[in-house]
Amino acid sequence: MTSLNLPFWQPWLIPILPLAGALINGLFGKRFPKSLVASVALFFTGASFLAACVHAYVLMHSGAEALEVSYGTWIRAGKFSVDFGIYLDHLSLIMMLVVTGVGFLIHVYSVAYMEHEGGYYRFFTYLNFFMFFMLTLVLANNYLLMFVGWEGVGLASYLLIGFFFLRDSAANAGKKAFITNRVGDFGFLIALFLLIQHFGTLRYAAVFDVASHFSVETSAGILTAIGLLMLVGACGKSAQIPLYVWLPDAMEGPTPVSALIHAATMVTAGVYMVCRSNPIFSRAPIALLAVAIIGALTSFFAATIGITQTDIKRVLAYSTVSQLGYMFMAAGVAAYSASVFHLMTHAFFKALLFLGAGSVIHGIGGEQDMRKMGGLRKYMPWTFWTMLIATFAISGIPPFAGFFSKDEILWQAFSSTHGSKIFWAVGIITAFMTSFYMFRLIFLTFTGEYRGAPADAHSAHGSHDDHHEPHESPWLMLAPLVLLGVLSIVGGWVGIGNRFEHFLSPVIQKVSIEQNAAQNNEATATPISEGAGAAGESKVLENSLMAVSVLVAFSGLGLAWFFYMKRPELPSRIAARTEGLYKLVLNKYWIDELYSAAIIGPLVWFSRVILWQTFDQKVIDGSVNKSAVAARDVSQIIRQQQSGLVRSYAGWVAAGAAAVVAYMVWMGTR
Amino acid sequence: MNDIPISYYLLLSAFLFACGVTGFLIKRNVITLFMSIELMLNGVNLSFIAFATRLGTLDGHIFVFFVMVVAAAEAAVGLAIIISVYRTRETLNVDRVNLLKL
Repeated sequence: MTSLNLPFWQPWLIPILPLAGALINGLFGKRFPKSLVASVALFFTGASFLAACVHAYVLMHSGAEALEVSYGTWIRAGKFSVDFGIYLDHLSLIMMLVVTGVGFLIHVYSVAYMEHEGGYYRFFTYLNFFMFFMLTLVLANNYLLMFVGWEGVGLASYLLIGFFFLRDSAANAGKKAFITNRVGDFGFLIALFLLIQHFGTLRYAAVFDVASHFSVETSAGILTAIGLLMLVGACGKSAQIPLYVWLPDAMEGPTPVSALIHAATMVTAGVYMVCRSNPIFSRAPIALLAVAIIGALTSFFAATIGITQTDIKRVLAYSTVSQLGYMFMAAGVAAYSASVFHLMTHAFFKALLFLGAGSVIHGIGGEQDMRKMGGLRKYMPWTFWTMLIATFAISGIPPFAGFFSKDEILWQAFSSTHGSKIFWAVGIITAFMTSFYMFRLIFLTFTGEYRGAPADAHSAHGSHDDHHEPHESPWLMLAPLVLLGVLSIVGGWVGIGNRFEHFLSPVIQKVSIEQNAAQNNEATATPISEGAGAAGESKVLENSLMAVSVLVAFSGLGLAWFFYMKRPELPSRIAARTEGLYKLVLNKYWIDELYSAAIIGPLVWFSRVILWQTFDQKVIDGSVNKSAVAARDVSQIIRQQQSGLVRSYAGWVAAGAAAVVAYMVWMGTR
Repeated sequence: MNDIPISYYLLLSAFLFACGVTGFLIKRNVITLFMSIELMLNGVNLSFIAFATRLGTLDGHIFVFFVMVVAAAEAAVGLAIIISVYRTRETLNVDRVNLLKL
């Protein structure tokens, strides 16, 4: 907790640098040439990444578990106060490095990808703006500042989803994302109010200190309430059931945005929040169970939808939702480090997948339908190989990154005291489906014959019509792909031998078993015996579970190969055979339609008929208009007096004088 | 002079004032209106003088001088206006001088 005698300790630089970039590009970028806009954006994000690395180094060598610094008071009300403060521990360190590192790579990629789009400076302004708020979110030392970042990334997300605002669907998707997130923010805000009321502070360190004096809640209490409300907020931001509907639509944004905001960083904010609040969640088993159930359900359902989608970005979007569900499931079984681990590896390989998809879309002139792709391997080998790496990673095939994190999650779901075999089974089935739909994507896109017509000028990328046949992307786009590819391979190796877990252990507050046992002494038998029990036996179990998950990943691969390489006519026959089910899944279980019928429709009706046409038009407008009419009617009577006849006025004056005299005389004679 | 009760002066004053008011209200000629105003002023002057003499102070006299000065100034300005009105409108009927009315 000290900030003294550190060699270089200016953590405020990390978020402020991208803000400076956003301001420069936002205020002056319109007059800048494109190269200067790109240079400004790259310089400030790169500098932010360097600053993040330096501070990571400082933290690791300071020997402290966490460094906290305050730059002054923001709000003070009685005993309650909120600071502009930065809190750097191992969790925010990982988040910070992922955000700045992956963010920088995606900036580099965008320089080439957005070359032919309008609003170049606007794009980079928003992107830097997003980086600022995301770093505020992860580096804040209290919940309120985190909430500022939380809302800020929501705003940046809205602006970037609706980047092609002339397209109706993009503008609507932006609104949908923003409004859906408001539902979640509502829960988060109530959680903050509860924290203020019961803890009197929002500073992480203080909140967790107070929370550590609570005992584990066996029935619903204040910690459970806070945890559940935080979960509502996390569901909005991280696209979990029931608020996941905005994320697939968010794919209307430019592809680098999908990679940065809707895959690698912003959508993981909910996971970050749950893991950050682990001292609260660990003491609220009911909230924790809700997190796990929501995560498991989301990962399963999103994966099933992913199987049937034909738009390459939508497959990836549902895959993101599904993987976020994985992270929630891990957090829900109190395996926070596994959750953050998967968050990190997922940031690498999912950003890579999106950037690869962007490269494909760029290369064939704006087409996103996988049925019109195929055979692209020979046109764009770099994209193919890097995407293949990412696909191996997400499918959980060793030694790629996703294997380690996913296996850790599955093992924890199976073995953790909060876990259950049901979670493990859901996870395994999801892993199978993940592997299947990802290899389906690879086979449909890169193998076989090219099925698309030569792209022409009417495409979304249409400013240059030299796309007569698919082509590889420029090196500026390939370099980030390759770097992310390397990370997708080696990124998981930090988890070997539980090193990642040890790294994060200072962040995860241990909820002591004694406390737990004292709380519910009838349950003493289970946790201790399992925890201290035969370590060797659990090692064997762990290895066999690992073998199962690898087997499942390969069988997904095999099934995809069988369906889309060996017998390409089979999928449509199966789809025809199970038409009802296929239609249901293809249309995403009609969830959007259900929401619009059950919630949006009545809400719009209520707003239009009751609030607008009745209350606003009749009551508010009516009262204003009525009072104006009344004033006019009364003055109509009085204005008759102002005839303009001088003698009439004189007569009134005389009559008034006479009245005064008469009154005085009358008073005098009394 | 002290034999005459003050009520006589006041009655005469009130009579003059009432004549002025009546003339002001019923006449249309601007000049006549002016004369009616003078009549009202002089009615008031008379009561001032009567009270001043009766009470043996100078206040009433001073007031009367003020009133006369103001009345003279008013007559000068008013007649100038009447002349210019007559030149442009060729009438002295106040009811016809109504261009500024709504």
